[in-house]
Amino acid sequence: MLLLECPYCGVKADETELTPGGEAHLKRFGPGSTDEAFEEYLFLRPNPKGVHFERWRHAHGCGKWFLAARDTATLEVFGTYTAQTTEPPEHIIDAIRAKRPDWSQA
Amino acid sequence: MRRYSAFAIAREAARHHQGWERAWKSPAPKKSYDAIIVGAGGHGLATAYYLGRNHGIRNVAVIEKGWLGGGNTGRNTTIIRSNYLQDPSAAIFEKARSLYETLSQDLNYNIMFSPRGVMMLAQTEHELRGWQRTAHANKLQGIETEFIGPKKVKELCPIINLDGPRYPVLGALWQARGGTARHDAVAWGYARACSDMGMDIIQQTEVTGVRRDGGKVIGVETTKGFIGCTKLGIVVAGHSGVLAEMAGFRLPIESVALQALVSEPIKPCMDVVVMANTVHGYMSQSDKGEMVIGGGADGYNNYTQRGSFHHVEETVRALVETFPIISRLKMLRWWGGIVDMTGDRSPILSTTPVENCFINCGWGTGGFKAIPGSGWAMAELMAKGHSPLAEEFSLTRFREGRFIDESVAAGVAH
Ligand SMILES: Cc1cc2nc3c(=O)[nH]c(=O)nc-3n(C[C@H](O)[C@H](O)[C@H](O)COP(=O)(O)OP(=O)(O)OC[C@H]3O[C@@H](n4cnc5c(N)ncnc54)[C@H](O)[C@@H]3O)c2cc1C
Ligand SMILES: [Zn+2]
Repeated sequence: MLLLECPYCGVKADETELTPGGEAHLKRFGPGSTDEAFEEYLFLRPNPKGVHFERWRHAHGCGKWFLAARDTATLEVFGTYTAQTTEPPEHIIDAIRAKRPDWSQA
Repeated sequence: MRRYSAFAIAREAARHHQGWERAWKSPAPKKSYDAIIVGAGGHGLATAYYLGRNHGIRNVAVIEKGWLGGGNTGRNTTIIRSNYLQDPSAAIFEKARSLYETLSQDLNYNIMFSPRGVMMLAQTEHELRGWQRTAHANKLQGIETEFIGPKKVKELCPIINLDGPRYPVLGALWQARGGTARHDAVAWGYARACSDMGMDIIQQTEVTGVRRDGGKVIGVETTKGFIGCTKLGIVVAGHSGVLAEMAGFRLPIESVALQALVSEPIKPCMDVVVMANTVHGYMSQSDKGEMVIGGGADGYNNYTQRGSFHHVEETVRALVETFPIISRLKMLRWWGGIVDMTGDRSPILSTTPVENCFINCGWGTGGFKAIPGSGWAMAELMAKGHSPLAEEFSLTRFREGRFIDESVAAGVAH
């Protein structure tokens, strides 16, 4: 069972308390953008086997969206952070690098 | 290849079963092939088979990182049906279902196709209307299905509880020609037939890179070195994103875990397949007597072939309500597979941005039933560059907004 700490209320919640929300840090494209950019934003996903940044909602808790860095091949969680950011914060990157020296950010 | 037959069993019995040949060879890879298929699951092997049988392309290798049929093909709950809503789906799934009917004879390998009938319960008003709509759509598609009332449901499946407290059974979509087959045998049967045509099935060999030259594929890097090819077919289900990255493009796919479990064997009590989509559970009884149970997929990206406990609990809870008889059954085995989900819950059979590189993926939670039809279409696509069955399933449909929306139609994994 996945355990993720909600960065807002500090609760260590198991996955039954949370709703997964897919890939994080998507760059949004709307009217006026190219078909390629729109397709990329709406559909195309790196779907990595390894480090993945993703959205979760503390659905049965504070109800807020937060972000997590997790390894999809091992289920290891590197950390969670608040959603008010367009890229993963430094301490999360450091936590990943410490455990995955070969990892490079796409 | 020596044919299997009743006579062969008698002959081998008389000489203490010393004379059986290996079902397929395990050759070392050649330097290059006309076509390489990555992934020896059902879809990859069927693609190779129809490349040889329908298009005369036999200089083919199927490269598999584990053992053949060890991916989702060997992990699924084997439901076969073709009662989809959209025309392109109905066409390819019905092609598959009809090929399944004679596959044992075609391959000279008993795949144990059992057209015992598949029943999809309607347990809410919404679902009732949905299945009635599908029954109408199927009529127009020439696919034999029927919407049946609760009485008929009980007749066909006496162990069902029609008036469960949460979700009473209001009727069902019934496809009498649907059913199950032996999943391993499908992979083994195709593998044996491919090997017999002189194709190389190369197991325990992982593809680690896709080599290109000027936007065109020229071969693959593997753990046994470089192997050249004129055409490449990527058929790796949950690992499609990983292979696409090697080839330099992205897919509209996310990989998640889907689980299943089987009970201890019990006496025959259910001779149809029942799917209860609203409560996310489905069940059938295997020939060994085990109750084969599946449910919904996990919601987050996962490559571990392990799922979460609470999904199993959800599934089993719902099924106990629908089939009270199973409440004290012990479960024997529980496993997961990594399924490749697209946004519209329909597969991708397509050319790719890389020339001569084709992809077959996105079958997600429901591709076992499609294996023969998918292989048929993929082989045609690879041999000729286009296939009527595959046309609507191209990668470009997402950009062009031509979705083949089956998520509304099915709503649950199977
Ligand atoms: C629990 C569960 C229940 C299901 N129930 C049903 C059902 O009832 N009915 C139904 O129709 N469908 C069902 N499905 C879906 C069905 O199993 C799949 O859609 C289908 O088996 C996919 O077949 P495939 O050949 O595409 O993939 P797979 O059988 O997964 O084969 C892909 C192969 O590619 C190999 N591979 C991956 N990466 C590499 C690499 N780099 N190099 C070489 N080889 C590689 C893998 O090892 C694997 O053997 C279920 C799936 C699961 C997990
Ligand atoms: Zn919270």
